[in-house]
Amino acid sequence: MANGVLVFAEQRDGAFKKATYEALSEGARLAEKLGQPLSAVVIGSTIGHLAGEAAHYGASTVYVADVAPLAKYSTDGYAKVLVEAIHTAQPAVVLAPATAMGKDLAPRVAARLDVGLASDVVETQVENGVLTVVRPVYAGKAFATVTFRRSPAFATLRPNVFPAAAPDTSRTAEVRSIGATIVDAPQARVTDILAAAKGKIELTEASIIVSGGRGIKGPENYYLIQNLADALGGAAGASRAVVDAGWVDHSHQVGQTGKTVSPTLYIACGISGAIQHLAGMSSSKFIVAINKDPEAPIFKIADYGIVGDLFEVVPKLTEQVKTLRQN
Amino acid sequence: MKITVCIKAVPETDTRIKIAADGCSIERTDVKFIISPYDEFALEEAVRLKESKGGQVIALSLGGDEVPNLLREALARGADEAIHISSAGIATDDPLCVGKTLAAALKALTPDIVFFGKHGVGGDNQQVHAIVAEKLGWPQVTVVTKLEVGDGRLRAEREIEGGIEVVETVLPAVIGAQKGLNEPRYPKLQSIMQAKKKPLVTKSLADFGLSAADVGPEAAGLTTLALRLPPPRQAGRKITGDPGQQASELLSALQSEVKVI
Repeated sequence: MANGVLVFAEQRDGAFKKATYEALSEGARLAEKLGQPLSAVVIGSTIGHLAGEAAHYGASTVYVADVAPLAKYSTDGYAKVLVEAIHTAQPAVVLAPATAMGKDLAPRVAARLDVGLASDVVETQVENGVLTVVRPVYAGKAFATVTFRRSPAFATLRPNVFPAAAPDTSRTAEVRSIGATIVDAPQARVTDILAAAKGKIELTEASIIVSGGRGIKGPENYYLIQNLADALGGAAGASRAVVDAGWVDHSHQVGQTGKTVSPTLYIACGISGAIQHLAGMSSSKFIVAINKDPEAPIFKIADYGIVGDLFEVVPKLTEQVKTLRQN
Repeated sequence: MKITVCIKAVPETDTRIKIAADGCSIERTDVKFIISPYDEFALEEAVRLKESKGGQVIALSLGGDEVPNLLREALARGADEAIHISSAGIATDDPLCVGKTLAAALKALTPDIVFFGKHGVGGDNQQVHAIVAEKLGWPQVTVVTKLEVGDGRLRAEREIEGGIEVVETVLPAVIGAQKGLNEPRYPKLQSIMQAKKKPLVTKSLADFGLSAADVGPEAAGLTTLALRLPPPRQAGRKITGDPGQQASELLSALQSEVKVI
């Protein structure tokens, strides 16, 4: 009989991702609503210390696969372990963060179990013990309420949406070792990780995003966006026009053919607000628009609108944020 | 080298979504369908691979009446053959059912490599290529921005948070293409004319030994109960003054109302 919630607790370099804390916290809330236990699975090498941390977020059982061949991520290696954890725990619900790793791993595992997977979930509901979830489609132009036809219900959770709970360091968990039989080399192997922008915050994880559009006029001016993002401790984004013009790398693109983001604060600089861009960022909690054109569509959805020249307003803002941070 | 590329018909990205009368799907009348943008990178990479290694590119698409036109476009962009898998009997909004159907079709084709866009710009599931890889027992590399195919092996770079993972694996494999992988070409008039003579066949479930019991709504992993539009956002406060005043007023709003500073 299926019972409980199991969270895939993603770690990189021996530390949980921010989205993992969010997934564990949402897992704990769901487990409480269902009146069932929370468990977690941690996969990697020399990661035993993370079991205790998962316990602080409410996991009563932590499955740990501490295996040398799994030091780096591999779809097939990690899938084998996650499937083993699911077979052992027999959970009613499986959650994973909708990160690069979660989005690669979860559909592979769901297919192996022949169950449905809801991607990038932003809301969960439990009614009479039945789980339904809400997920954005068309990059947030619409929201689908979805239910699961077989057990376990499996979902990846969009980062930055579910609040992380405060850890309770007095909690402990039963630690169970798994994955010992996975000794063969994975089919696909990560041979290297190239840090494209060390120390920079990833768009989908950032709680503050400053984005630049065509209004920045050229690649030489993108530093204005980056400087404000850095001053605010956020990430720098861009509209499709800026990426297609080759002014910045596509990894910065926000919108229907880029990243869909849900930060607390989104500052759109020189972005007019094409429907494809609005789709990707309109679930931000607060939106600021800075644009010379008072008729720009972005102002219709902005919480704070500044009709002005970004070349004047953005440097002033950066300067004032820096001054504030120094004091 | 036998190369296949799976493409999906999706509403043009500037489409305003309307909810259909059933309350759980989109209104399709007056919607223009296009090749899902990420699939353009998949198709381009497939054609480039053929151009460098020789072989053929087969384009595959599952769907309704909107599909043949888009497959013709794929042929004009360099595919050699196209297969339209009729959606009759398939739960087309369920990634598991779509993945199983495509896997069955690909099993019959025995390609060396299969390309997908990293996700379909519509359902936004980002699942089908991984499901296909699983059902075929092949490795997958998703969100690929660089690809080198060697003899029975490949090396790919994939985008992760704040960096790039370098992955090596064996063929046959499934690749999910990300923007940045290449620059898709526009079809020339001559290629558009030539495309009309290239083979485009329609197949049904039965051709792959499947029935609605395998991939229809009853076999689906998920059921969509409702589809709704997001709550409309309202225009908020306009901040006026000179640039310095605008910056300081915004900053105090970020401190007191947004509470992020």
